[in-house]
Amino acid sequence: MPKITYISDAGVSRTIDVPVGDTVMEGAVQNGVDGIVAECGGNCQCATCHVYVEEKFLPLLDPIGEDQDAMLDTTASPRKSNSRLSCQIHVKPELDGLVVHTPPTQQ
Amino acid sequence: MAVVIIGGGQGGFQTAASLRAEGYQERITLIGDEPGVPYQRPPLSKGFLLGKQEQRHAELRPAAFYEMQRITLVKGRVAAIDRASRRVALDSGDHIQYDTLVLATGARNRQLSHEGVAYENVLYLRTLGEAAEIRQRLEAANDVVVIGGGFIGLEVAAAARTLSKQVTVIEAQERLMARVVAPVVSEYFRIEHEAKGVDVLLNATLRGIGEKEVLLGERTRRPADLVIAGIGVVPNVELAIEAGLPAGNGITVDKYLRTPDERIYAIGDCAECPSLFAETCVRLESVQNAVDQATCVAKAIVGHSAPYAAVPWFWTDQYDIHLQMAGLPAGFDHVVTRGNPETRKFSVFYFRGERLCAVDSVNRPADHLAARKLIGARTALNPDQAMDEDFDLKTALN
Repeated sequence: MPKITYISDAGVSRTIDVPVGDTVMEGAVQNGVDGIVAECGGNCQCATCHVYVEEKFLPLLDPIGEDQDAMLDTTASPRKSNSRLSCQIHVKPELDGLVVHTPPTQQ
Repeated sequence: MAVVIIGGGQGGFQTAASLRAEGYQERITLIGDEPGVPYQRPPLSKGFLLGKQEQRHAELRPAAFYEMQRITLVKGRVAAIDRASRRVALDSGDHIQYDTLVLATGARNRQLSHEGVAYENVLYLRTLGEAAEIRQRLEAANDVVVIGGGFIGLEVAAAARTLSKQVTVIEAQERLMARVVAPVVSEYFRIEHEAKGVDVLLNATLRGIGEKEVLLGERTRRPADLVIAGIGVVPNVELAIEAGLPAGNGITVDKYLRTPDERIYAIGDCAECPSLFAETCVRLESVQNAVDQATCVAKAIVGHSAPYAAVPWFWTDQYDIHLQMAGLPAGFDHVVTRGNPETRKFSVFYFRGERLCAVDSVNRPADHLAARKLIGARTALNPDQAMDEDFDLKTALN
């Protein structure tokens, strides 16, 4: 299973095996990673699963869809070029080793 | 000190989780009558039916979360609330003491009362168990009849059609989703469903159900291996009423979501409360309403009481169409459309007098998010601006 590393704003790191096909948000929520709220349950409706993706992985991600793009404009922490909603990142084998940083606040 | 929450759905779960997030340290008991851990319902009528999502994807948190957060999950039904002694009695005979009680009892499906509804091919969709049965029964079904052209009915119709079933939707009103959207949106969805091959019957009266068919109007029959009814819900208010609390179309609460008993709150699908966004009290059935009301009550319990003021929003996904709704259109007197339905991207703005009261967006998420803010801030927006695609909605906020 691909390993995904979540690093909190305070610098706390957790690495989790996330099944292929699950989302990075689900990997966090199912394993009690703080810093990802996912209030809407992964439906791209609430922008509370915002993460900053380490730059080198950006080319491996799907392009930002229109829903996600609009939603990213409403995040509680500033949107950056590497901002993504983790409910829209589906884990695939190439993403093994992915590192995401959770923002200071989601709400 | 102890909080007891009756109802293990989205609102009940969120109350418990938000209490801990707010720093509440005392005992929290979450009572639910379904097996397993709390889960979210929206995927059940969408990705779950298609086999794209499994039970674990619907679960809001894993079992370990509740242990770690010291949230006691109790499986069972509450038989009665004794307000004088501040105890709830469970069917099992056990009692649980509370200082604060949160009623998140939700709603149940309205049942068909036609002849033949006892046939085993008649199903409803609300719980994970019911969704799992529909998913399994869809495998062998060819003809699927959906009773009710609202959100649930149309989502099920879209899923069944995507699975290549012959699908008929029977709607008693003259248009789809008539209770919640404007005619232009209803018409758009009728055209989309028909283009996919769904038979949409409007103004249609169901007369009865046979073993493998439904009976409509005068002598019209439709084959039906499976009949799925989505004809609305009934709020679960009985416990509150038996405890002497007032209820109308929902358990009556004030703007703080409190019943007349200051130790008892009610939230989510079961609660009727004053709304800043309507002229009457409202009872809403949505994830947003359950989550935001739960958060509001959790804050009140830890001493940060504030009136509930969140902008209502809703969504439905049918095929690749994403309909997002903000605000409450009830009582609207005119609408304008931004964009063209033929492009499959448009928004409808509802006005009540001068005021923008709701916006429905089809595949236009930026409009929806702007609408949530515009409605929340009670921003003045005139119909000409709303229609003008060169007018940036976000600039109205500044």
